[in-house]
Amino acid sequence: MQQIFNGIMLGSTYAIVAVGLTLVFGILHIPNFAHGHLYMFGAYIAFFLMTIAGLGFWTSLLASVAVMGAVGVILERLAYRPLRERPHIDSFISAIGALMILETSVIVIWGPQGRRIPNPYPGIIEVLGVTMSYQRLIVIVAAVSMILLLNLFIKRTTLGATIEAVAQNREGAMLVGIDVNKVSAITFAISAGTAAAAACLVAPIFIISPTMGALLGMKAFVIVILGGLGSIPGAIVGGYILGLLEAMGGGYLSAAYKDVYAFGALIVILSLKPTGLFGKEVA
Amino acid sequence: MNIRLKGRWWYLAIFLVAIALPHIVTSRYVGQIIIMGYLFSIATLSLNLILGYAGQASLAHAGFFGIGAYGVGLLTKGGVSFWIALPLSASLAAAIGFLVGLPTLRTRGSYFAISTLCLGVIISIVAGNWVQLTGGYTGVVGIPTPTPIRVPWTVEIRFDSLLAQYYLVLAFLILTMFAMHRIVHSLTGLSFMAVRNNEMLAEAAGIDTFRVKLTAFVIADFFAGLAGGLYASIMGSISPSTASMELTFNWLVYLLIGGAATLGGPIIGAFVIPIIMESLQFLAQYRMLIFGVLLIVVIIYFPRGAMGAILQLGEKWRREWRKRQEEGPRVAASQRP
Amino acid sequence: MLLQARGLSKNFSGLVAVNSVDLDVAEGELLAIVGPNGAGKSVLFALISGIMKATGGSVYFRGEEITGLKPHLIARKGIGRTFQTTALFNQLRVVDNLAIGYRMRTSSGLFSTLLRTGKWREDTRRTMTRVAEVLEIIGLKEKAFHFASTLTQAEQRKLAIGIALMGYPKLLLLDEPTGGLTEEDTREISRLIARLHKDLKITICLIEHKMRMVMELAQRIVVLNFGSIIAEGAPEKIARDPKVIEAYLGVEHIADSQ
Repeated sequence: MQQIFNGIMLGSTYAIVAVGLTLVFGILHIPNFAHGHLYMFGAYIAFFLMTIAGLGFWTSLLASVAVMGAVGVILERLAYRPLRERPHIDSFISAIGALMILETSVIVIWGPQGRRIPNPYPGIIEVLGVTMSYQRLIVIVAAVSMILLLNLFIKRTTLGATIEAVAQNREGAMLVGIDVNKVSAITFAISAGTAAAAACLVAPIFIISPTMGALLGMKAFVIVILGGLGSIPGAIVGGYILGLLEAMGGGYLSAAYKDVYAFGALIVILSLKPTGLFGKEVA
Repeated sequence: MNIRLKGRWWYLAIFLVAIALPHIVTSRYVGQIIIMGYLFSIATLSLNLILGYAGQASLAHAGFFGIGAYGVGLLTKGGVSFWIALPLSASLAAAIGFLVGLPTLRTRGSYFAISTLCLGVIISIVAGNWVQLTGGYTGVVGIPTPTPIRVPWTVEIRFDSLLAQYYLVLAFLILTMFAMHRIVHSLTGLSFMAVRNNEMLAEAAGIDTFRVKLTAFVIADFFAGLAGGLYASIMGSISPSTASMELTFNWLVYLLIGGAATLGGPIIGAFVIPIIMESLQFLAQYRMLIFGVLLIVVIIYFPRGAMGAILQLGEKWRREWRKRQEEGPRVAASQRP
Repeated sequence: MLLQARGLSKNFSGLVAVNSVDLDVAEGELLAIVGPNGAGKSVLFALISGIMKATGGSVYFRGEEITGLKPHLIARKGIGRTFQTTALFNQLRVVDNLAIGYRMRTSSGLFSTLLRTGKWREDTRRTMTRVAEVLEIIGLKEKAFHFASTLTQAEQRKLAIGIALMGYPKLLLLDEPTGGLTEEDTREISRLIARLHKDLKITICLIEHKMRMVMELAQRIVVLNFGSIIAEGAPEKIARDPKVIEAYLGVEHIADSQ
């Protein structure tokens, strides 16, 4: 049971990060390899604000979301937009450049070792024999709220509908007068902002380090591909499945190799169904 | 001015310089740097085949280098001759590339890129954790230098000296360049470029694009493994950092700045950039940061890199020369009374 | 019958692009497929050439079923095609563009390439011969070594047709080969197509909007609207068909605007 709780917490994080990625990847067709690093950078911004500027947890989180949203917009503008008409491989290379910049900046400023963010909500409660720390509960609640909000945003608001329109048909959207550039920028902002929020929520529980984003980014891609590009439900379901599998399998599988299995699963599923588990057929 | 002939003279000139180099440069330190440059040139040349020519983002290149390195390291320590271990390890790298390419190249390009990114990370994790086989994070030490070759009735060629190792690596580099040249200047190479330029049209024109991509990938992985195997034997020790993503990213920078989809570009990049970085020691910790910025700037504004710029200049001069050839008699004619 | 489609359909999760189309193309004929924008003409070509998977129906070429085959296999069987948006290998020269079209007729693999064996030399020689032939046919000999991106629009269209010609196709699918071209360039392409049909005896299936050109070239016309065939037959009959006129809001209107 304990593991299920941990799995849900982990899954919530994965789900948020995966949704952010699927928005950008599925809707703008840009595989943002730097997504995991945006997550990591968000954690460091919060770390900086909390330890140097002495801001509170929630203030730092919101500030980090804002900053990372801006970083997302800059990233899209400088690294991806110029390559829109070019073959996809050029965007991959640009993404790699971006992640190198993000990772090294963090190492140069704060050093390569892990850092601790003080836990704002220490303390636990016991429910049905399961130890739940407040922080972990907050992660779950906050993440689920974010996911619901995002869903509402996409389905119910005009902006959300616009994003969907660009996803379906970019040229058509342009003809109707939709500013594709603005939509791209906003989508990236949302993507980076939610990743930052997830990172800040989880940061007090684990140590933050410059490399914490790399592996997560990889897993996010696995989730997004398996769940289907651009499918928000797929990303959510995939995130929780992976989180639960990792938490429950942790006892049986060696910690180092669990990532290997995720990748192995990706290869196997791609061999059987090249469009991912819930993917649409690439016409 | 026949460009092709001119190209051959360049090759010859560089070849002669390379042969004579150890007698001109005697510093051991510089010698080691050059040997490393040669090895990384082989790695970058092979990356160029799959990424530059075939247009597929293989981000696991250092992983295959590592497979070749660990293969040779473990086999030669176990008593196998270097000359069997090397082709075996390179073939192992190619085989793993084949198995991974089979499911992932059938899909859209982004999935292949992601899969190879994952593969690269996986290989470094395995290298660091499979302690029984790879020695974990301490790696493999005490790898013997290449097994001496006994030329019948005459000498025994030993590879313990830096000089011998230099010529050995140079020989393999020349072999790699030769293979790359033949592949690129052929219908096979053309089909690589066709797939990169317009995959849908290539399919419609009758090219089995999946097969083309797989072929390029497997060949590239073979040569990466080859370079890795040489590296292991010459360095004497290897560790999981031999298969790290950082190495792949470095080669990516060398390739793009030197000039993707050209034959000289990768070599230029693999030499010039490490030398520049060595001399700018104070920038060492900013290296990946600079590389990251360079990568973005180059891919957006100079996609064909330094070599591409040089070739473009060459084209412009040739066109100017041709125009002047045509205009000369015309000007002379118009000036006749 | 060179090409036969039976009940060919394409459904995009609810949107029916091609609705149970039966099509026969006789060997040696020049068939034009016309219809308003969005009628499903290009999708039909995509289904036949294998680029899209049909959601229903089947296609037969020279008696053999080709439904669901990958595009390169269909090309190898002898169907060549061009695309509505000019598809070329922009970064390569004209001769290289053409050479790629012939690759499927060569068989040298990796080892013959590395060792430059006799087979490789033979393949290379045959490729160059065919490239010279096609350059002559499409009239791009002077621009042979230019990069495809430097060609004029009309030349690019010719090159696209040339690439499709390299493999000795029995059937050519041309998707709006004169789209966006001037009157003079249109006539040039039109003459090229007529030459391919009459002199080289290639069966041609042509999607076109320019009705005058269609009337001149086509032996038979098939009219598509909303994914279904609404009329087919000889050009004169089609021009007077009320259903066709209604679909186009006046064929004369279209012909006038050319």
